[in-house]
Amino acid sequence: MKVKYISQAWLVLLLSLSFGGALAGVDVWLAPRIAKNKLDATIKKISILVSGADNAVSGRYKPVEVVVGEGKFKTTYEAFWAMDDAGKPRGWVIKASGQGFADKIELLIGVDAKCEVIKGLSILSQKETPGLGNKIEDLGDEKKPGFLWQFHYGHRANQPLTVTTASPKPNEFNKIKAVGGATISSRSVCNIVNDALSEQLRTALVEALKKGPTLRPVKKE
Amino acid sequence: MAMDGPTPLERFINGILPENPTYRQVLGMCPTLAVTNGMKEAMTMAGAVAFTLICANIVTSLIRGLLKPHLRILVFTLTIAAFVTIADRFLAAFLPDMSRALGPYVPLIIVNCVIICRCEVCASKQGVAAAAADAVGQSIGFALGLASIAAVREIIGNGSIFEFTILPEAYWPRWGIMLLPPGAFLTLGLLMGGFNLLSARSEKRKKALA
Repeated sequence: MKVKYISQAWLVLLLSLSFGGALAGVDVWLAPRIAKNKLDATIKKISILVSGADNAVSGRYKPVEVVVGEGKFKTTYEAFWAMDDAGKPRGWVIKASGQGFADKIELLIGVDAKCEVIKGLSILSQKETPGLGNKIEDLGDEKKPGFLWQFHYGHRANQPLTVTTASPKPNEFNKIKAVGGATISSRSVCNIVNDALSEQLRTALVEALKKGPTLRPVKKE
Repeated sequence: MAMDGPTPLERFINGILPENPTYRQVLGMCPTLAVTNGMKEAMTMAGAVAFTLICANIVTSLIRGLLKPHLRILVFTLTIAAFVTIADRFLAAFLPDMSRALGPYVPLIIVNCVIICRCEVCASKQGVAAAAADAVGQSIGFALGLASIAAVREIIGNGSIFEFTILPEAYWPRWGIMLLPPGAFLTLGLLMGGFNLLSARSEKRKKALA
């Protein structure tokens, strides 16, 4: 019986192995370039997420790596310095990721230097449902705020964000209105932010702030 | 396997207009509607589909003698998924902004019916030359379909083509709806109606001459 299955499926197995090998090769070749693109995209967002920050100055400093949790819940976060043009820290941009409705969501959280207030949020990558879940990327403007605009309202970084279906009142902090028809994607974003802004991470960043930044090693071309 | 069916040249020509994926076969509607709000996005999608279709058709044709009837769709999907992943990684590495703009629509090429259809109809039955010619023809046809819709939407919606302004805002008020999903349905419907009208007239003329 087993021989019958193998004799029928040998082509599928062979193709799987060949394509797997080819894809691994492509990944080894392109992964550094993709990582560099992501780093550039992150640095570009610093001044948008933390007002007063300068991308060129901020990009010179090595991001702080913070390990949060233990065992299988261990997560490593990268926090980028958000410096103004005089080299004074204005805040942090924390790279975080987690499971969305369809696939992994990667996002950037902007917080002030003491990690007390959320300054902004930006989505680095997502593959949520087009037309519904992918609206988590919408920033909008003051007149017509999108989902991301809500993260500029100065929510508290030390309290968890909660998702509501009704519009929060102007003085209601840490409540985020879900994208219509995409509550799971909206909740995923808030969960990623809540997990990232743990006390352990906030304390580590405040400590790093006291120690000061270190320059990023310059790679010779 | 016997070399039946249309010749490579016929396959190539058929793919462009007589069996155009967008207007004749009405396949691959998801990217057709979703990424045609600009010519740059549409042409990048057309390029990614062309790469996947050509590679998948060639591989499928090469292994056509080994395909088991009940496993063929699995093999097609496996082959297509591998090439789509390569295209996706290439876009992320060399055209990061475009990769971001296209979002999930590049991985969704895996389920693009045009590619599975061509593997089933042509590549699994004919030789490499016919399969490659068919893939190139269908890719050109698909690119023409996307380009026609994207051109209409970008010009009317944004007054530009390839982000180059050809209709200044003072002369042409922007029809923002054309860049939104309703604009895609509207343009596709009108262009398809026009295409069908021209085809019907051409058929009528041929019959009258015969």
